[in-house]
Amino acid sequence: MELVNKISILILPLLISFIFVYALIKKTNVYDAFIDGAQDGIKCACSIIPYLLAIIVVISMVQSCGLFDFIERKFKFIFEFLKIPVDIIPVMIIRSLSGSALLGLVSDIVDKYGNDAYVTKLAAIMAGSSETTFYVISVYFGAIGIKKLRYALFCGLFGDMIGIIAAIFVCKVFFS
Amino acid sequence: MNYIFIFLVLLSIFFGFINNSINEVVDSIWQGCKKTLDISIYLIGIMGFWMGILNIAHKSGLMKFFSKLVTPFINKIFDELPQNSKIQGDIALNFSANFFGLANAATPFGISAIKKMQEINIDKNSASNSMCMLLAMNTAGFQLIPSTIIAILAAKGFKNPEVIILPTLIVTCIAFLSSILFAKLMQKIFKPQENKKISQKVEVIDYGIS
Repeated sequence: MELVNKISILILPLLISFIFVYALIKKTNVYDAFIDGAQDGIKCACSIIPYLLAIIVVISMVQSCGLFDFIERKFKFIFEFLKIPVDIIPVMIIRSLSGSALLGLVSDIVDKYGNDAYVTKLAAIMAGSSETTFYVISVYFGAIGIKKLRYALFCGLFGDMIGIIAAIFVCKVFFS
Repeated sequence: MNYIFIFLVLLSIFFGFINNSINEVVDSIWQGCKKTLDISIYLIGIMGFWMGILNIAHKSGLMKFFSKLVTPFINKIFDELPQNSKIQGDIALNFSANFFGLANAATPFGISAIKKMQEINIDKNSASNSMCMLLAMNTAGFQLIPSTIIAILAAKGFKNPEVIILPTLIVTCIAFLSSILFAKLMQKIFKPQENKKISQKVEVIDYGIS
């Protein structure tokens, strides 16, 4: 654990120094190359903004309209039947949609149930194993202007669904 | 994407009326705009920085060397990429950055890869199989240590937040592998892309004139 942590912290400065030293040896003009690349990167980031705007506004609308409460009410009985904490439902939905909202939800759950609660651990595992699928898709396809996603979204959502199911099982095995 | 967009907007307005929360829905539009601006400004800086670093690695020939090294592994998953392209190196960097939890470095690397995939894409409006695979790898959230969540737990006084590392890793591995397998499966059964190379050449000429 200690070692892994140290590697995670060291990898970034080491990577950057390695790239710079290698370029120095190969007599590359590092400054010019950086400026050129940054120019492209900034242009690319700007071209992503409209795609981001669309997805973020839509997700924020869906979040505020009360749809999730509706889903929570309708599907509560399934979760009670399977003995899964009901408070995990919003985490399950939000994890594909919004990273910041997900972190907010997790800290709410920690506040509400305390540190040792089963639901806290489940929420942490579910949040820790997720990536905001809609954000990733809009950024990547926004960068190159793709409008037909074909099966990319299915893939992402399929992975999310498997992740949710796996989180419930793994948490059962580890913590109960 | 068109229909998803229409559906979600109308759905939330509809539910807003039903639940008497239409004011919140309208408010959330402006909040969404503000949030987009925050993220965009951050993204501009991060993308600029990492694309700059990546370009140094490209110019010095480091990426070429690195690409050659990882090509055999990457090509097992991405079977439609041309041999000896620089895409493999970008994908490997994207994967490693994700793995070590460097999300802000992973995105520029991934975008660099998907841009090169677009150059060889036969239909510039639709996602190629390689792109879908890259997205499948990125949406699964594969990483060694869920550092953000652990930081939150630690800040809230969780005594040993590292207990969630192993279960999270198992979950994310399962999700990651099943995403890749699913993408492979879809590649076989989903309707293939149409080759629109010829009509695109006309478009390029149009741009040239305007």
